[in-house]
Amino acid sequence: MMPTSASSHWALAEEALAAFSVAPHALGGIWVRSSPGPVRTLFLELAEDWQLNRIAKRIPLHAQEARLLGGIELTQTLATGKLHWETGLLAQSHGGVITLTMAERVQRQTIAHLCSALDTGNLRLAREGLSQTVPAAFGVIALDEGLEGEQPQTALTERLGLRVDLSSLSVHDALPSDIDSARLLNAQANWTSVTLSDDLTEALAVTTLALGIESPRAMVIASRLMKILAAINDRSAATEADLERAVIMSLAHRATRLPELPPEDDDNEASEPEPQEAQSEEPESPSNNEQSEVTPPLDAVIESAIAHIPAGLLASLRQGHQPRGKSSAGGKSGSQQRHKQRGRPVGTEPGDPRRGSRLNLMATLRAAAPWQTLRRRQANPGQQGQLLIKPSDFRTTRFRHQRESTTLFVVDASGSAAMHRMAEAKGAVELLLADCYSRRDSVALIAFRGDKAELLLPPTRSLVRAKKALAALPGGGGTPLAHAVELTTVLSEQIMRDGATPTAVFLTDGVANIARDGTPGRQRAKEEAMAAAKQFRALNSRALVIDASPRAQEKARELAAALGGRYLAMPQADAQGLRNMVRSAEAVN
Amino acid sequence: MAAPYPFTAIVAQQDMKLALLIAAVDQGVGGVLIMGDRGTGKSTAIRALASLLPKIPVIANCAYNCDPERPPAGHCESCQHDKKSAPKKTATVGIPVVDLPLGATEDRVIGALDIERALHAGEKAFEPGLLARAHRGFLYIDEVNLLEDHIVDALLDVAASGENVVEREGLSIRHPARFVLVGSGNPEEGELRPQLLDRFGLSVDVSTPQDVKSRVEIIRQRDRYEQDPESFIKQWRRKESAQRRRIEQARDRVGLVSTPDEVLEFAASLCLQLGTDGLRGELTLLRAGRALAALNKKDLLTCADIRSVAPMVLRHRLRRDPLDEAGSDSRIARVLESMEAS
Repeated sequence: MMPTSASSHWALAEEALAAFSVAPHALGGIWVRSSPGPVRTLFLELAEDWQLNRIAKRIPLHAQEARLLGGIELTQTLATGKLHWETGLLAQSHGGVITLTMAERVQRQTIAHLCSALDTGNLRLAREGLSQTVPAAFGVIALDEGLEGEQPQTALTERLGLRVDLSSLSVHDALPSDIDSARLLNAQANWTSVTLSDDLTEALAVTTLALGIESPRAMVIASRLMKILAAINDRSAATEADLERAVIMSLAHRATRLPELPPEDDDNEASEPEPQEAQSEEPESPSNNEQSEVTPPLDAVIESAIAHIPAGLLASLRQGHQPRGKSSAGGKSGSQQRHKQRGRPVGTEPGDPRRGSRLNLMATLRAAAPWQTLRRRQANPGQQGQLLIKPSDFRTTRFRHQRESTTLFVVDASGSAAMHRMAEAKGAVELLLADCYSRRDSVALIAFRGDKAELLLPPTRSLVRAKKALAALPGGGGTPLAHAVELTTVLSEQIMRDGATPTAVFLTDGVANIARDGTPGRQRAKEEAMAAAKQFRALNSRALVIDASPRAQEKARELAAALGGRYLAMPQADAQGLRNMVRSAEAVN
Repeated sequence: MAAPYPFTAIVAQQDMKLALLIAAVDQGVGGVLIMGDRGTGKSTAIRALASLLPKIPVIANCAYNCDPERPPAGHCESCQHDKKSAPKKTATVGIPVVDLPLGATEDRVIGALDIERALHAGEKAFEPGLLARAHRGFLYIDEVNLLEDHIVDALLDVAASGENVVEREGLSIRHPARFVLVGSGNPEEGELRPQLLDRFGLSVDVSTPQDVKSRVEIIRQRDRYEQDPESFIKQWRRKESAQRRRIEQARDRVGLVSTPDEVLEFAASLCLQLGTDGLRGELTLLRAGRALAALNKKDLLTCADIRSVAPMVLRHRLRRDPLDEAGSDSRIARVLESMEAS
């Protein structure tokens, strides 16, 4: 096993960076989880030192699509009357490295372009009068400052071969290493010819299966990483040590389950001393009968992988949960940022760009083009050869202003009627999702019971994910209403930050009996719930309280008033009715 | 740019490969939708298919790949206009596989006014878009569920009518645009618009291989390919050309495959029992079945062929009940089983 002290942790991060610097595009990239600070600065300085004279670009959060992919060069085009194309950031970075700041907040569109370039090494363009494929093979350094539970979208992290976590390190841990540019250059020249034995390849395949890493891409990247690590250490063949480190750097954080380790060696030794036997006890490794004698000690590799699984992930794996990070996290997928002048372009219209709308150059040129011959005839001699554009030619881009809405179900899963209500809420969630393709809506679900509320389904538009999350719904126990309202407030805030409009739909009778600290007590529970509701009200967000109890409850009405929302009694709540009610509530507000 | 990874070297993923082959044999089956986890080789397979496809004759210098063997009525306007001149020159080209990248703008997809010519010569000329280039070939959309709505709208109409009508910037153009729509995506990224879903004839779900052997094979093949793409491709050349011949022969044979009445009945009652909407399901079942029979060098469509293609043809056509836990696949399997018993 690797020692896990802080300085060796740094050494590992450094080695990962070295491997990345040898072949950025082959490894996809490096995911750096750390808040900004001296350690990260040190790490990035080192990254710069090891760039081996590559191009380095930085993509800010708000980078526009036109800048990423390239577009019309305004000044030149207008001056010469000929189309001039400006290369985008992605194509400019060919052969180099892109640093992505605040990767956890990058828009989905940007991620999609990065991913397609990472996959193919090319950029396929079909926009604004140009169709072509340009080379864009680069590596990505993704700087992730996410808080707990926030991380870059899975589509991106899946393609980044390496992950380092610097958050627990201090500058004192950062000891200088013996890796230098000369060694890296050497490795760069040689890594592709490093050999990978069949046993190691098989060991890698077995390890990914044991850790529940399904994606073949992760596996292929890890195999490249093994070769690169061997090359850095001046070896012509990859070894077990390379496998072990490749697993730590590239695979441990992708684990979706904990392998059941075979019994300890001393149990085994008495009966079967051969290493193969130890391996055949691996779960899901049906085809290792044709193994040669020199099987690497897989247990050690898997054990050290487990030791390097990030702590939070490990805990949730231990509890048998599917890690939440597996879905694109941060509750961000499904919602895109929306601004008055940004968002989804839906065409162009004649307009005056000075009023704040965005000029669409292509459309403007198209509008002006047919008139050029005529206008030249009438123009002053001095203007010959120039492009003659009149204000009436101006075309501006229309954006869809409608904001995306997120329906947030907060379901009371306590007590006896819970199962029924949960089933209906679940049905309503799926019905809402089923017709949300045309509306750009997402749905989230919070359930509360026992002593706390829990976010069961982060905002999503995917029916597949919703079904997975809703498959096992808990029910029964007390009513921790205060915590539920608090969680709703936090999530609503987050949704608003992401540019969508939340609507909270509470399904409860409003009778709280568990206080914020998890202890029973009606009076205190109620007071705290009302206090939490006032905080929610301050958000000025839509709320709907649906009372599904057989007789209308005064308490639910009070809750609705405190939340600043509407109250609806619905003794016979069914999924279809709930859906309609939510829809009409969203339309009214 | 490196040559694409060979189609025949793709490990496992039989369903996906079969669906693409069927679409290559009979382009009339409609599109292929491939949904699945990331990194399962969806885009690799489609790019690989491009180099496997046989060549087709086209009218030389026609922007729309007009077919010289068709009567001129089916040709584009420019080819129809000079029908009085001498017989047109023909050329052979590979069946086009056109990428519709994410972020494509509407003018590039449907075509638009040729700006350069308009600015310089002051003439109104049409610059054909991706739909024109994809005519008689394949149009591939990666991350199809992330496609912008206004592009989807443009596609829906053209895919249904086989003709692209452009009315913009003073242009009035119509040209044939019949293509096989191939879409791939990850179901976790979101749902597909039902209308778009309906345009796909076949749909396959891909998943990652779970056995050590094929996973080892994936690493090995990929490693060999990356080390020396050229010799890797050379190594697979024989298999590739065998597969290409198989497609070519099947394309010739598919029109001759006969359909017995009992198979027709089988297909009809299968669709009836599953409650699929309209006749599209049945027709696609038969077409896909015949393409499969042709790929297997047979001249007679059998119920077994229908059974093999039933999941990929019907999976996405079942009326979806969001409250139903069991997936479409198990429903199809159940009905197929019950039909076997009776």
